[in-house]
Amino acid sequence: MNFDFSDDLKQLRDQARRFLSEQCTPAVVRRSLDGQEVFAADLWREIGGMGWIGAAIPESYGGAGLGYEGLCVLAEEIGRAVAPVPFGSTAYLAAEAILTAGSDAQRREWLPKLADGSVIGCFALWEGNGNPEPVAIHARCVGGLLKGSKWPVADGGIAGVAVIVARDESGQPGLFLADLAGVRRRDLRTLDPTRNHARLDFDATPVEKLGGGWGAVQRVLDRAAILFAFEQVGGAEACLTMARDYALDRYAFGRPIGSFQAIKHKLADMYVALELARSNAYYGAWALGADATDLPLAAATARVSATEAFELASKENIQTHGGIGFTWAVDCHLFYRRSKQLALGIGSAPFWKHRLVDLLETRNAA
Amino acid sequence: MDFNDTPEEAAFRAEVRGFLSAHAQPKAGVRPILRQGGLDADGVARCKKWQATKADAGFAGLTWPKRFGGREASPILQVIYNQEEDDFVVPRGLYEIGLGMCIPTMMAYAADEHLDRYVRPALRGEEVWCQLFSEPAGGSDLAALRTRAERDGGDWIINGQKIWTSGAHLSDFGIIVVRTDPNVPKHEGLTFFFLDMKSPGIDVRPIHQMSGARHFNEVFFTDVRVPDSQRLGAVGQGWRVSLTTLMTERLAVGDAQRPEVDDLVALSRRLRIDGKPAVQNAAVRERIAEWHARSQGLKFTRFRTMTALSKGETPGPENSIHKLVNASKQQDIASYGLDLMGAGGLVVDDDLTEAYAMFQSALLTSPSMRIAGGSDEILRNIIAERVLGLPPDIRADKGIPFNQVPTGRR
Ligand SMILES: Cc1cc2nc3c(=O)[nH]c(=O)nc-3n(C[C@H](O)[C@H](O)[C@H](O)COP(=O)(O)OP(=O)(O)OC[C@H]3O[C@@H](n4cnc5c(N)ncnc54)[C@H](O)[C@@H]3O)c2cc1C
Repeated sequence: MNFDFSDDLKQLRDQARRFLSEQCTPAVVRRSLDGQEVFAADLWREIGGMGWIGAAIPESYGGAGLGYEGLCVLAEEIGRAVAPVPFGSTAYLAAEAILTAGSDAQRREWLPKLADGSVIGCFALWEGNGNPEPVAIHARCVGGLLKGSKWPVADGGIAGVAVIVARDESGQPGLFLADLAGVRRRDLRTLDPTRNHARLDFDATPVEKLGGGWGAVQRVLDRAAILFAFEQVGGAEACLTMARDYALDRYAFGRPIGSFQAIKHKLADMYVALELARSNAYYGAWALGADATDLPLAAATARVSATEAFELASKENIQTHGGIGFTWAVDCHLFYRRSKQLALGIGSAPFWKHRLVDLLETRNAA
Repeated sequence: MDFNDTPEEAAFRAEVRGFLSAHAQPKAGVRPILRQGGLDADGVARCKKWQATKADAGFAGLTWPKRFGGREASPILQVIYNQEEDDFVVPRGLYEIGLGMCIPTMMAYAADEHLDRYVRPALRGEEVWCQLFSEPAGGSDLAALRTRAERDGGDWIINGQKIWTSGAHLSDFGIIVVRTDPNVPKHEGLTFFFLDMKSPGIDVRPIHQMSGARHFNEVFFTDVRVPDSQRLGAVGQGWRVSLTTLMTERLAVGDAQRPEVDDLVALSRRLRIDGKPAVQNAAVRERIAEWHARSQGLKFTRFRTMTALSKGETPGPENSIHKLVNASKQQDIASYGLDLMGAGGLVVDDDLTEAYAMFQSALLTSPSMRIAGGSDEILRNIIAERVLGLPPDIRADKGIPFNQVPTGRR
């Protein structure tokens, strides 16, 4: 049994952590928060140059060929840094969809540009409220032309290419691909301004079909759920560290607040949730790498666990800080906002809980 | 990452499976035996027989020195053995404390002649050991214990009372920590011994537990004579020795007790809400998913620990999360399962009740899991202080001679 990342990947993780702590400081995140820039374009270029975006993309398609475990450790660091870059949309969703459901020609055309960051990808799934389910999909492609509105689309305002969930002529939902040049779009205000979100209005936009039906959509979501979980784990750990450090430094009643059991036990609970989430995410990483048959269940489990951990850690981090935690100036809310962004981005906790039980039942019936 | 055994581990696993298949019944499909009443004479006999079988086949004390019948195997093989044994019905409940805590403490501190005398019989299950730590005045705050030992020539005379001693009524020997100097701060005045439970002056009285069983005891000491040669560690060093015992307790990572989440899934398939299987109910599904995520999280945390073990690292205080999570999970699953049953859940009857009354039984036994071996609150303190580095609790007894520490009415 070797249930840990290799030394090489740990080294990659440490390098990424160091790099982001220098290049993706809270000041950088706040430029997006305050609307000075839509996303950290310079950082994005550098990340692309280092091969992070294409970590799991095979070298034959312009990626770094580090495998999924490599992408997982990077995702954790992106989450820890609350990085204001379209990493997930491009790497976990658009590139993954093209890789798993695209033709060789489509892969050759798009993956190298996604891998180096020169084109940003997005995943246009939502049509307003709802869960990632076929009934929620109304956008439709007829004769190669797509009609319908998609919102919110994470990074939709800055992406060059979109993978879109829509119905084909026969009404079957599946994946389509569109160059976004000329598509009408409008940035949306959201809970998390450190990530761009847009509404895309397709009005007879030319699209290409990717392979597979709803199964392909679900497969993309399952795989992304594991990578999202790593981001959530990174974010949760950042919150726990922040809360711990504050609790050691802040005094009340003549003693560090970290000596009060109400605070200690709160942080212990955050730690427990984080460790469970981390262990589940590790199993997900293994399942991704091995393309294991129980990947869907592993993904749902990792997702449920990580969403719980990050939401708990980000809200209790604010609580541990007291009044100052509620200010714009202190970084607690960056994590609180991001935790909700990640929780809602590919289907919320109740959706994944239901999916988990569906999968559990299928497994037990087998 | 991979989940494969090394060739050595695979060979060992096969050996274990061979042994277990030959000597025990696989769990699959076997009706669980509820131990509502604790270990009766039959239960004790079954435990003894199984332990001897296991020891004779060389599967007891795997990590122990060869001279005591062990294999000096790496801890990973012990984990593998436990994993495999978990698939079989084997009698439990008599040796966990002795072999898991008492004998390892002996091996760290006892003289060779004592080790030669006591370890092998313990390993074969011929002699049972108990842990005499907790007292009415010292549980979580173990070092507040009051049982005294006074020197009398080459002996010590023990007077006082221990409580909650699991299996004392079935035990041949015990390890005990007592106060030998009340004039110094509490941790400094303790000394550690092992003793014969048949010594004159020891009175063991089983305590009736809320679950109905009588498995833990009050143990009274009246002028009990223990030779100084049975002292473990120096006089006044009893706290340090106790910590050795408590550390081994932490290594004995608690596996989940049933009902587990799969039991709840099976139950909610059979029960109905609004005319449909309960497992289709949204609220039920969310709870199942949350517990599944916790169970799996613990399972994979264990895999991470195994990985660390196989690299020669020693698991630390982070291992506290297993019991902390499992104990509440078991209590909550039990309670929720009963909620799903409704009024029928009140009935405790092997034949009438769902799942052979597993949920009812767990409702009444699970509170003990959250207290024994470090309460939930103490485990959270350990995580906060030892893992996260937060300050220790402010203590009202710090640096004060033990006999001047304030005490309450309970
Ligand atoms: C089934 C069972 C078997 C046992 N077997 C043995 C045995 O074989 N040998 C043995 O020596 N002992 C045994 N024990 C005793 C067990 O170790 C103690 O019950 C346990 O350590 C708690 O001590 P206590 O009962 O005195 O409770 P207390 O220490 O009085 O605790 C009462 C409550 O106060 C809380 N509390 C105490 N201190 C703190 C603190 N610092 N911060 C926050 N909260 C605190 C506790 O968490 C608990 O909720 C057993 C107990 C049980 C239930």
